[in-house]
Amino acid sequence: MASPQPRIGVVTYPGSQDDRDALWALSALDAEAVHVWHEERELPDLDAVVLPGGFSYGDYLRCGAIARFSPATQAIVEFARDGGIVLGICNGFQILCEAGLLPGVLARNASLRFVCRDVPLTVERDDTPFTSRCSAGQTLVIPVKHGDGRYVAPAGLDPRQVVLRYAEDCNGSDDDIAGVCNEAGNVLGLMPHPEHAVDPLLGSADGALLLASLVEAARSRALALTSA
Amino acid sequence: MRATVLVRPKEGILDPQGQAVGSALGHLGFEVGSARVGKVIDLEVDAPDEAAARAEVEKMCEQLLANPLMESYEVEIVG
Repeated sequence: MASPQPRIGVVTYPGSQDDRDALWALSALDAEAVHVWHEERELPDLDAVVLPGGFSYGDYLRCGAIARFSPATQAIVEFARDGGIVLGICNGFQILCEAGLLPGVLARNASLRFVCRDVPLTVERDDTPFTSRCSAGQTLVIPVKHGDGRYVAPAGLDPRQVVLRYAEDCNGSDDDIAGVCNEAGNVLGLMPHPEHAVDPLLGSADGALLLASLVEAARSRALALTSA
Repeated sequence: MRATVLVRPKEGILDPQGQAVGSALGHLGFEVGSARVGKVIDLEVDAPDEAAARAEVEKMCEQLLANPLMESYEVEIVG
């Protein structure tokens, strides 16, 4: 029997920008990418969810602070609490922090400048659903584009939750943290944009390693649920 | 009842916006030791008295208006 194509949802909030790129990248990596509108109170049948980059609700009050109240976000919180795999990219990362699914908060870049360039990242862990195709210590080159990406870690953050680190200073983040997961490891947020680095034509295909890991984890989950 | 909420970057949290403002003031010839930039939120709340209004607005601060990780808040009930 052919392995099933995992269904991965990508949420569109008012002000999301990278939802289409995420849908395209996931499709290219052999997932069935499903569009989810922010007003949906119940998620369709999904094996994973991606919260894309952009400026949801105009970044009013704080980045991600208002998107937290979207019906779809409430449904994603439930999905994550049931062990569902959730990836937040850039604004998606900010939303997951504001929604309390991830520790910490993203603040204005220390330079006060919008940073838009390829950055080298160090993979700290390869045992997560998002990094299984990578090796710990590996360097990935993936673009960032944000004005509010300085990660402020809560006191006592478990270092095991740091999945990706900038290999050089990018925005003044605490301990150069670029991506963190929750304690259970099924939710990851990162500021760099893997969906913009899935083809060598775009300058790097390293983002495909993260997204292909996600697709694989979603496929395993789909198989596990089918056989359960 | 009207309330004003002052949200400030917590002490010890880097405030690059405040630094930029401080440096701009320096360029104008003003000597400032430091500058921190926060925000003001004016609210009209339906509450029977000042204590009830304050309690209500503090809940708003905890749940939305401030992010306790990096911001502190102060509530003033204007009356």
